[in-house]
Amino acid sequence: MLQFLLRRTIGALVILLLISAVTFVIFFQLPGDPAYLSCGKNCGPAQIDLIHRNLGLDESIPVQYWEFMKGIFVGRTFEIGQCDAPCLGVSFHSREMVWDTIVDRFPTTLSLTVGGFVVFLVVGLGTGMIAAWKKGTLIDKGFSSLSLVLSSFQIYFLGPIVMGLVVWNHGWLDAPKYFPITDGVGKWFLGLLIPWLVMSTIFTAQYTRLMRSTMIEQLQEEHVRTARAKGMSRVYVFFRYATRGAMIPIVTILGMDLSGLLGGAIVTELTFSLAGIGRLAVESVTNIDLPLTMGVMLVGATFILLLNVVVDAAYAYIDPRVRLG
Amino acid sequence: MTTLTKTEGVPAQSDGGDPFLSVRDLRVHFSTEDGLVKAVDGLSFDLEKGRTLGIVGESGSGKSVTNLSILGLHNPEFANITGQITLDGQELIGAREKTLERLRGNKMAMIFQDPLTALSPFYTVGRQIAEPYMKHTGASKKEARARAIEMLDKVGIPQPKTRVDDYPHQFSGGMRQRAMIAMALVCNPELIIADEPTTALDVTVQAQILDLLKDLQQEFGSAIIFITHDLGVIADMADDIMVMYGGRAVERGTRNEVLHAPRHPYSWGLLSSMPRLTSDVNEKLSPIPGTPPSLLNPPTGCPFHPRCGFTDEVPDGRCASERPELEPGRAAACHLTADQKQTFFIEQIKPRLV
Repeated sequence: MLQFLLRRTIGALVILLLISAVTFVIFFQLPGDPAYLSCGKNCGPAQIDLIHRNLGLDESIPVQYWEFMKGIFVGRTFEIGQCDAPCLGVSFHSREMVWDTIVDRFPTTLSLTVGGFVVFLVVGLGTGMIAAWKKGTLIDKGFSSLSLVLSSFQIYFLGPIVMGLVVWNHGWLDAPKYFPITDGVGKWFLGLLIPWLVMSTIFTAQYTRLMRSTMIEQLQEEHVRTARAKGMSRVYVFFRYATRGAMIPIVTILGMDLSGLLGGAIVTELTFSLAGIGRLAVESVTNIDLPLTMGVMLVGATFILLLNVVVDAAYAYIDPRVRLG
Repeated sequence: MTTLTKTEGVPAQSDGGDPFLSVRDLRVHFSTEDGLVKAVDGLSFDLEKGRTLGIVGESGSGKSVTNLSILGLHNPEFANITGQITLDGQELIGAREKTLERLRGNKMAMIFQDPLTALSPFYTVGRQIAEPYMKHTGASKKEARARAIEMLDKVGIPQPKTRVDDYPHQFSGGMRQRAMIAMALVCNPELIIADEPTTALDVTVQAQILDLLKDLQQEFGSAIIFITHDLGVIADMADDIMVMYGGRAVERGTRNEVLHAPRHPYSWGLLSSMPRLTSDVNEKLSPIPGTPPSLLNPPTGCPFHPRCGFTDEVPDGRCASERPELEPGRAAACHLTADQKQTFFIEQIKPRLV
């Protein structure tokens, strides 16, 4: 286990290094200059040069990259103050510490992602299991057709519809807004309920179908029949034997869908005007804000890599034939 | 026993009492998109405690389907099961699910063919053995674990105290089958159904497993149904033999009767297709020509007649028009007369077997 964690950590660091380098290089291929953005058409070459110098853009790309990466480990000093490690630099646009901005926005995205994850896992796997248990009945057919329809409901399509119906027309809920969970769980929950449901709809529908088919497959496995031949009840065998087996393909797909969920968070934040990492990412690219782009990329990538390790560990926990190492 | 008069016969009863396991006119039909599959079509047999019934037949002859019906493991959605199966006086067909659950793994248990797929990869061998014991005897986790270790020891797993915590994939093929047997026998079942328990194993391990089953049978006096298509194994294990073809019994008798004086052309074919150590290496085996019958559109008359080499001996083409019944006791479902059966076997079949 220790060896597994060590190996995965080293692997993750290499990936992060690559992501940072690629992001950095791509950034300089983008059209536009942050200096023009900050002072407009009236700037002369002298002013542009000054801004470049202030932003550190007068150095060569490798030097800038080195400075940025060094800052993550030892911190940097800017004219607005000391930036402690892990320092992700200062935003070109807002002149605030990138790290502080991300820490400020992160809870929103985390709440969104985790909440959406829980919704599609519970609802998706739950309905999938019910459909498999009731295979061939009206319930099964209802769930299956519904999931087929819902799996094409994109966030940017479903979001405005739900907003229009639930918020504007009927006023059942207030417009989605993020409250820290410390302000009260109910407030936090109701504020994010619509985004959670909307962003998880496609996933819920897909996991319903996936879970239904894997459960039906598992229920025909020979070891499930053996368990029945031992006198174990249908319910027991369903949950202890078939579900356990069905979790293997589910977890595999889950590992691949995690980044999709984070991508969904970006669209969700834009759809519902929530201030999270996703919106920050879009803003940073629009503003040609290198440090902010880098910061968002690195934090997002770290998050996904971390979750992938969790998924792999879960995989080994579910299937004893998988040994980590 | 009034049903005897209208259904196919059964082996003669020695003590006159109700047999321990009695199957009467069992029919298992599956509705499929292509039509009705008659996997088992009118099967009757009896089994006494302490005895072993060998069921022989090729794939699709209804061996496994029969035994899954005894345990009640067919999906009622697809399978239409009629007839009677009585275990120790209790009717099993149409019994409530809860009743069957109490019997399965407790009074009747099954050993499956491929222990790699039949054991769950997710739980330790010990847990899988302990599970039915806890359910049926109400034992605690600790007691059940002790029992699992005891059973592993009994079936010859070395170091059972540590092996009990292993997963099936950490066992070898032979050990897995032993664990499977331990699991089936953990509640001392009175009826053991072994569905080709040695097919997936190599020959030396096979012999060990068969010895093990025989020892355990002697110890507990259980009745065993032993399904196989290996006549060598059946010669080693069975007291009585039933030969199945196309979902029906075509011949029944004691082991010696069926193996040494078979009366059905299909049984002759089975014996002729078996290699023998004493025969000339250059001599060709004689397989049964043709393919197993379709269960969707079974042949008219005797289901074996399209593959049978003796249909010309029966007058009026009765083989293709009239289905031969299986008489009670030692019998074969064939239109040939008793004299013909004896003559053909001695003159044409037996010389090839030596």
